[in-house]
Amino acid sequence: MSQFMETFLALRDEKRFADIIAAVPYARLMGVECGEDENGELLFWLPFAERNVGNTTLPALHGGLIGGFLENAALLHLMWNRESREAPKIVDFSLDYLRSGKATTLYAQCEITKQGKRVAHVLIEAWQEDRRKPVAVARAHFLLSTPS
Amino acid sequence: MTEQAPANEKLLATAGALFVSFPHCVTLGMQYLGNVGRKPTLKVAWRDDLVGNPASGVLHGGVITSIVDTCSAIAVTAHMDELETIATLDLRIDYLKAATPGKAIYCTAECYRLASQIAFTRAVCYHDSPDDPIAHGVATFMRDSNPKPMLAEGAA
Repeated sequence: MSQFMETFLALRDEKRFADIIAAVPYARLMGVECGEDENGELLFWLPFAERNVGNTTLPALHGGLIGGFLENAALLHLMWNRESREAPKIVDFSLDYLRSGKATTLYAQCEITKQGKRVAHVLIEAWQEDRRKPVAVARAHFLLSTPS
Repeated sequence: MTEQAPANEKLLATAGALFVSFPHCVTLGMQYLGNVGRKPTLKVAWRDDLVGNPASGVLHGGVITSIVDTCSAIAVTAHMDELETIATLDLRIDYLKAATPGKAIYCTAECYRLASQIAFTRAVCYHDSPDDPIAHGVATFMRDSNPKPMLAEGAA
């Protein structure tokens, strides 16, 4: 087991959300926060920050930043909900941008569509004020094991 | 093979400089290295606060997404006579192999089809050579997505 997974699983068991984000340097740089919603499902949010803006004339959150936020959410969601002691590896990531990301908090929640022996499929949805009006939807494949 | 020249060389240079000046790109330390024909190249130097997995030191996939998105958008402007606002419609990244910790990431993109409303792009990310890629990205962009100009009039 990697040191990263060891750290993560210890933090997960104690639900130390802020420390989980702090353990992923780029998630910390983006300013990601996470916690559980009323159903006990993992919820991610990204308070608006000037440094995350792409086009400044609109202004809109950078598309790549939205992608990074969602990919990070998918990985942590998968690690949170698995018992494996091996860190999943991303294989591919596909993202549809539906609305521009405004200068306000961006939320994301994930769903594990399929978890096989070797591969997991995760759906991710991002929204701002209204969940029925998603800013982006994405899906990712992760490799779950390395051949021995 | 000779590369096709940009539709507007000055516009491409201006767009390249403009797109990497956006706050998120500055946060990542993104640099516009120039273009060969209509293919721009960007660079992000390895930095410890861009890491995804601290145990391995490998850069976060989100950094790849950002460099692909930005470089692909610049590639679209290589086909334009005048700058129009474009918006990413969708983006797919294939992670071909893990990035090497400590090494800078380069991205070269091209717009292989500019239709009246949509631009289609592909990009590769690599350390040393585009022939040895670490990630591949395809994207589509909506043209003329916002009437608000991105540049002051007469800037390119």
